[in-house]
Amino acid sequence: MTVMEASGVSKGAPSAGQLGPKPSGQLGSNSKNRNSQSRDEARAGFIFLSPWLLGFVALTAGPMLASLYLSFTNYNLFNSPEFVGLENYTRLFTDSNFQQAVKVTGVYVLVGTPIKLVSALAVAMLLNNSRRGQGFYRSAFYMPSLIGGSVSIAIVWKAMFIDRGIVAQIGEFFGGPAAAQGGWVGNTSLSLPMLILLTMWQFGAPMVIFLAGLKQVPEELYEAAAVDGAGPIRRFLSITLPMLSPVLFFNLLLETIHAFQVFNSAYIISNGSGGPAGSTLFYTLYLYLRGFRDFQMGYASAMAWVLVVVVGLVTVMLFRTSKGWVHYGGDEK
Amino acid sequence: MTFAVSSVETHSEIVEHPKDDPIYERRPVSHKKKVQAFIFHAFSISVLVVILYPALWMLMSSFKPSNEIIGSISLLPRGGGLQNYATALKGIGGVSFWTFVANSLILAVASVVGIVVSCSVSAYAFARLRFPGVKVFFGAMIATMLLPFHVVIIPQYIIFNQLGMIDTYWPLLIGKFLAAESFFVFLMIQFIRGIPRELDEAAKIDGAGLGRIYFAIILPLMKPAIVTSAIFAFIWSWNDFFGPLLYLKNPSMYTMPLALRLYVDQTSTSDYGAQMAMAILALVPVIIFFFAFQRHLVGGVATQGIKG
Repeated sequence: MTVMEASGVSKGAPSAGQLGPKPSGQLGSNSKNRNSQSRDEARAGFIFLSPWLLGFVALTAGPMLASLYLSFTNYNLFNSPEFVGLENYTRLFTDSNFQQAVKVTGVYVLVGTPIKLVSALAVAMLLNNSRRGQGFYRSAFYMPSLIGGSVSIAIVWKAMFIDRGIVAQIGEFFGGPAAAQGGWVGNTSLSLPMLILLTMWQFGAPMVIFLAGLKQVPEELYEAAAVDGAGPIRRFLSITLPMLSPVLFFNLLLETIHAFQVFNSAYIISNGSGGPAGSTLFYTLYLYLRGFRDFQMGYASAMAWVLVVVVGLVTVMLFRTSKGWVHYGGDEK
Repeated sequence: MTFAVSSVETHSEIVEHPKDDPIYERRPVSHKKKVQAFIFHAFSISVLVVILYPALWMLMSSFKPSNEIIGSISLLPRGGGLQNYATALKGIGGVSFWTFVANSLILAVASVVGIVVSCSVSAYAFARLRFPGVKVFFGAMIATMLLPFHVVIIPQYIIFNQLGMIDTYWPLLIGKFLAAESFFVFLMIQFIRGIPRELDEAAKIDGAGLGRIYFAIILPLMKPAIVTSAIFAFIWSWNDFFGPLLYLKNPSMYTMPLALRLYVDQTSTSDYGAQMAMAILALVPVIIFFFAFQRHLVGGVATQGIKG
């Protein structure tokens, strides 16, 4: 506080000083001063930014161009790259594994992300009150997000959903198939839902963000709506959702982009195969197998660039449509 | 904040009946309110039990003999005790368990140092300094946050391979020291923007250079952002699987997640108990961080939208 007040005074000081007895000398050297000042600032700017600049050129921009080039070649790490034009890209269209990877990832993104966000919003709504224990619930629900991507949890998930595992046991108890044939891990139609459940389990991070957003919604709006006779559903649709739309957009963008890149759990649970029968062959897993198991670096680079273009298009599309449904309130604050 | 003030001034009739005012709750509450609170807690706790069940199951299983884990619904172990942990601590393929712990620790601590140093100086440049190109660089930094990193790993691997850096920690650490993790740069930029510029200007008038301003003003004031970044940097490095999977081939260099996977591969289906024990051990630092810093973690997620 005191520092701010003091600095407020000193900020005013120079302009007051110009009216004082010795302004002429200062004014004369002013433009020169400003010039050298901005030169100093530019120098300092590049010095301070040098780690990032170096990293950006050497680890991002350079490699991106390199992989674009590689995507037009055949390269196996040992011989020099052989230029093949668009062959890698045309091969994608006839590669049934690639199509499977696109399908699996597409289902995961389109089903997993909405389910996760709806759960996150539902629990955030539940917790959005000032009852005691909110901090505890918030942390406890957040915990799976912290550990959910780890190898440990992938192993636990596998042990729970395997043949005769606890999920199959419970399933049998409720009249499902016999536990001995009831594992989700080896079942081609259940292995992907199992991984979608794993991402849904990590709803805590978007929930925390929703909760922060809900806190920003002014109580008065609800009071006014209640006075006007709006029920809870109406209040949710007319107040909560529009007021929350920027946060919803942020979560949707982030979760969608992350969902495209899921790798660890599928790799661990399928022993790096994407099985059974390609049912968990996620895009990045297939890319990894092509690039680092088969050393088809050119083909994997083409896959990586297709992913970049798709994620880029999805991002642009989300931003475009957001103009229609995201309301950045100008009058609250 | 501002809203609360204005509501007192303009809608005092509403403020008189605060529905969820904490002070209100401390008074003797009505029967209806008690029932509502009970329903809320009962429901929240039952959801919580379902959500935390896998974690609890994992913990309980780590104390069970393997034949009780698969094929049994009971949560409580009947026999077993610490046998699984003893097995897990024996290490894998002649490499001691503590080697994996040490490897993971070295990487995590080095990551924290690299990220704190490189991201804080870069964030200062982005947030405070005006120089040619800074806006373009900022846009590029944001773009890399959304960029799938798979598009850079193949050339990176080729380069590190040619430099003979496979089976070293350089490929895993270099990006941390070059501010390549844009999330942290962005988090710190946001924080620096919240520091009043008047402080910089006051220091400037006192004759401090831009470097001095960073060390004497910005750096001490951005401590909360640095703590949050350090915690996440540690946990992410500790949990990282893909990087070590690419670059580490020799088991004596393995980190905990890689060791865990190797362990699961080697023991195959037979020894679930020891697998669970090892999985728990691999999470211990993360759990400790969670309990010690949950406010920082949750606060970091809430304000910055960091993924956990």
